[in-house]
Amino acid sequence: MASSCLAGLAVAASGAETVRVPAGTYVPFYARESVKTARGQEDLHRPISVASFALDRRPVTNREYQLFLRAHPEWRKSAVKPIFADAHYLAHWRSDLDFGDDADAERPVTNVSWFAAEAYCRAQGKELPTTDQWEYALADNGRDRDALRQRILTWYGESGAHELPAAKSGVANGFGVQGLAGHVWEWTLDFNSLMSGPDLRGSGQQFCGGASLGASDPNDYASFMRYSMRASLKASYTTKLLGFRCARNEP
Amino acid sequence: MSFAARYDYPLFRRFMFLSLAAVVLWCARAHADPRDVNVNAPIKGQETALLTYAPDVPPPIARTYSTKVVIHLEVKEVEGRLADGVSYTFWTFGGKVPGKFIRVREGDLVEFHLDNHPDNKMPHNIDLHAVIGQGGGAASSLTAPGHSSVFSFKALVPGLYVYHCATAPVAMHVGNGMYGLIYVQPRKALPKVTHEYYVMQGDFYTKGANGQQGLQPFSMEKALAEKPEYVVFNGSVGALTGANALPAKVGDTIRLFVGNGGPNLTSSFHVIGEIFDTVWPEGNTSTPAHDVQTTMIPAGGAAIVEFKINVPGTFLIVDHSLARAFNRGALAQLKATGPENKLVYSGKISDEVYLPEGTGIRVTEQPSGLPAPAASKAERVKLGEIVFKTNCMACHQENGQGIPGAFPPLAMSDYLNGDKTRAIRTVLGGRQGVLTVNGAKYDGVMPAWTLTDEDIANVLSYIYGNWGNSGFEVTPTEVKAARSEAANAK
Repeated sequence: MASSCLAGLAVAASGAETVRVPAGTYVPFYARESVKTARGQEDLHRPISVASFALDRRPVTNREYQLFLRAHPEWRKSAVKPIFADAHYLAHWRSDLDFGDDADAERPVTNVSWFAAEAYCRAQGKELPTTDQWEYALADNGRDRDALRQRILTWYGESGAHELPAAKSGVANGFGVQGLAGHVWEWTLDFNSLMSGPDLRGSGQQFCGGASLGASDPNDYASFMRYSMRASLKASYTTKLLGFRCARNEP
Repeated sequence: MSFAARYDYPLFRRFMFLSLAAVVLWCARAHADPRDVNVNAPIKGQETALLTYAPDVPPPIARTYSTKVVIHLEVKEVEGRLADGVSYTFWTFGGKVPGKFIRVREGDLVEFHLDNHPDNKMPHNIDLHAVIGQGGGAASSLTAPGHSSVFSFKALVPGLYVYHCATAPVAMHVGNGMYGLIYVQPRKALPKVTHEYYVMQGDFYTKGANGQQGLQPFSMEKALAEKPEYVVFNGSVGALTGANALPAKVGDTIRLFVGNGGPNLTSSFHVIGEIFDTVWPEGNTSTPAHDVQTTMIPAGGAAIVEFKINVPGTFLIVDHSLARAFNRGALAQLKATGPENKLVYSGKISDEVYLPEGTGIRVTEQPSGLPAPAASKAERVKLGEIVFKTNCMACHQENGQGIPGAFPPLAMSDYLNGDKTRAIRTVLGGRQGVLTVNGAKYDGVMPAWTLTDEDIANVLSYIYGNWGNSGFEVTPTEVKAARSEAANAK
């Protein structure tokens, strides 16, 4: 009894419960840098390695974010600087600290900017996961790949006007991480490091058929959408379906 | 080389050069590149574009100068009807499929605002084929939900153009309905017509098969295989049929602005019972074609078609790749009312039996072997059932109920029960022309049957002995008598 209570307290003190994601490799959807094969062709299928890291089991909820705002008033709606968050910041909250009812408390917090999300994670002694960490966690070593893609595509087809499900309702994948697919979009630390780099700017690669150039799997529509979403964002942007979770690198 | 040659050659060349230069200069003056003219066309004033939902088209632009046109187009992801009982989450330019119709004038400066509604899940952008510039606008308009992008372009080339979302994966954005038309009206506008309508084809890839009920998610597999479940005009099955048919009157001139959003299929666009007086192929407005039956509209392409309504009727608008029209929804209607012109089209004048040489008599399938003659009325009725099922059931149906409007009923038929001899003669000799059965008129053909006297007696006894009929027995003797009577009459 006493020990489980203490464990619960420990979780609360360090923010959300995390899952250890073991080291491994995955094939990024877009290669971060041009790699050539022995025959001089673009190698789009080169796996990259990801070191083990800790990742929040679930997206950060409105209640957790409220705790953060109590301690960090500069991130409240009325105080946040416009360069750090656009006009939709916490648009679904009634006031600075009022996110709504008990059901809202358990929903992923959205309408938060990258700046705000990163500040939250730092306050927990963490950071936003890198795109590689996030995508590696989603890829789940290829488990149930087709079912996962279809789940994501089905989510795309559901109206965004519906209420969000509770953060803890997400199905756990092989790593034990919940809700990476089918709940909300999530910020990554380096969300803007692809498609907007100087080598790609003006290449035509970010739209229409051009986007299939350089993709490791042009048939993976679900991934295209995530990368398009990230490419559409700036760090101050907030949207109704964009939340986040935090990660901690292992020393 | 002689002196003369050295002297004459440059002179000749100089002459050639001068005359060539003159021709070039003359051509340049007469045919200044219209694109350059439009780049430099001065802009007077500003207006906000009036956008319309299909099938409406904004009114022709009467203005004679170039202006700045401000366009606000809102992207909305909405659940809507794809077919009866089938819904789909459409991604739209303006809330419906196809997107709102945009009309500007050649030389206009267009300031485009792409607004992505905050409730949307997806980032979106827009590629207008009327734009000359990277991505047709897509390079400048990737927009997160709750944001708005602005870019501008000059409408340099007149014509009818598709616009569409070009965010990756583009086939999914377009497959979910993200397309519409922009018409860059030429400086010299096309002639006035009675009606301008907006029709746009698109193919849809649902997880469930055609007709499967409920909210259908997008099927990536079917999109990749280019095997749509639905091919429709204006965003849903029946968007332009029945009460939604395009209205017209005899004497009207009709101009259809037709687009094909795809994402994958090419349309063989055809209006059944019309001939296009003019087609502006692929949406260009400089080179019309005349007297066209079917025009190809590529995915991501458009055409302007014009025709005059000469006679009333319901004119079906189809993709003449007909399985799409018949089975997948690519069917619209234009309903024209007004006086008939029997000279142009008579309507059906008559329907007569066609009897090629030697085939006037229906040779029937014989039940196997020659059965023994029936020993009783009950046996006759029983044997008649086999004859009925082999020969008569296809038209008169299993329980003799017939098919309304086509084949008269045998069950409780006043015509049948009223006169046994007439019934025998009908089976023997066939029948054609107007016939009233139980108060309903039929105008069909029944062939003469090469059945034996025994079979005819049996089948008629079967018919009379069932379905509430009079219960008459017909004997082979009666059939034989009727047969010789008919032979004598000839």
